[in-house]
Amino acid sequence: MFSLRDKKLAIEIVSKIKKLDVSLKFMHVCGTHQDTLVKHGLDSLFTDCGIKVIQGPGCPVCVTTTKEIEEMLLLARKGKIVTTFGDMIQVPGKNGSLQSIKAEGADVRTVYGIEDAVQIAKDNKEKDIIFMSVGFETTTPMAAAAIINTPPKNFSILSCHRVVPPALKSIIEMGELKLNGIIEPGHVSTIIGSKPYEFITKNYGIPQVIAGFEPLDLLMGVWLLVEQIENGEPKVENEYLRAVREEGNIKAQKVVENVFESRDIKWRGFPVISGSGLKLRDEFEEYDARKKYEKDLEDLKNKEFPEPKGCRCGEVLRGVISSKECPLFGNKCIPNNPVGPCMVSNEGSCNIEYRYSNKK
Amino acid sequence: MCLAIPGKIVEIDSTKDHATVDYGDGTKRKANITLVDVKTGDYVLVHAGFAIQVLDKKEAQETLDLFREMLSSEEEA
Repeated sequence: MFSLRDKKLAIEIVSKIKKLDVSLKFMHVCGTHQDTLVKHGLDSLFTDCGIKVIQGPGCPVCVTTTKEIEEMLLLARKGKIVTTFGDMIQVPGKNGSLQSIKAEGADVRTVYGIEDAVQIAKDNKEKDIIFMSVGFETTTPMAAAAIINTPPKNFSILSCHRVVPPALKSIIEMGELKLNGIIEPGHVSTIIGSKPYEFITKNYGIPQVIAGFEPLDLLMGVWLLVEQIENGEPKVENEYLRAVREEGNIKAQKVVENVFESRDIKWRGFPVISGSGLKLRDEFEEYDARKKYEKDLEDLKNKEFPEPKGCRCGEVLRGVISSKECPLFGNKCIPNNPVGPCMVSNEGSCNIEYRYSNKK
Repeated sequence: MCLAIPGKIVEIDSTKDHATVDYGDGTKRKANITLVDVKTGDYVLVHAGFAIQVLDKKEAQETLDLFREMLSSEEEA
């Protein structure tokens, strides 16, 4: 195993890649990877090596649709206590954000995780508490574990959970980009392991590496992808050995399987992606906010919401444009006054670009 | 959102479903350990209040050191 602080090794990897004189495009699907890339200047380092590394739909808050936000806004306006993660609260819906309606008197609470939301339900037995449950495979087991532990009856979740591999398939099949390799998200992979990615290499011949989040993890990840391409042997490799086992976390997988079932769901910037969402199984329907408050949510049934005017988050999430190519970036759309979710979330590529660039 | 922080299990609650995790920078917080099989002294990745995976001990220590190193260099800057 290599040392994560080995600067000599880092320099060695970069000079090795440079010598190969490649022109490649890799995608990753994780805000934490993007943070590492931009914070440490690896994105420009890779560009100098002929490799463009772009962020795909790797931000659960960003891919949550306006309709899902409108569902939460409606429930909050109807007097329920709504809870979710800090990032999610700031994302604009069509008519305000959870944060802005809080200022108007709605009971909106930021929580660190679902267990905090369950505690709020225990402390407010006379009120209805809804947790907007957002997240990829890393986060879903927490929701499943909370539901299986029989939370109070005044608690429910609005499931916005999504899974990563079908979105990768969608990106590839949409054909807007020619991807030479994919850097798979390390923490999603601690849960699902490496097998769920295998169909991508098998069906599309695309090399993949599961990578950790230190600068050297990403340098190694990119190097391993280049090596696979040079050797003509695409496969799924695991660089993040200290945390990811081939089989993943089976205990977590089982809890998720017991509580959730697959559904088709739209992602922001994407059409409906088959099997990419999760909903509560029927036996847990008393905790399913969409069923519990079906009448309250009736107004939104069959409604679709367009993206905010001028917002190009959809294209950013598909990796078709970079944040800086959006005309709103850094002027009309800034973290304190965001137009789209990619500028809100700490994992959104616009927010990351803005934070680490000099553009103010 | 998928951010996960490494830490060391220092004490497991009598209920066995939570443990105190030491993050190596003076921060200690309770984490739910029902999704992993752990014992005191193990290193885990913690995400949104839950331990999601047991880490290789040697690698975890190196990650912890690196985080501290990065933090102190950022503070100096």
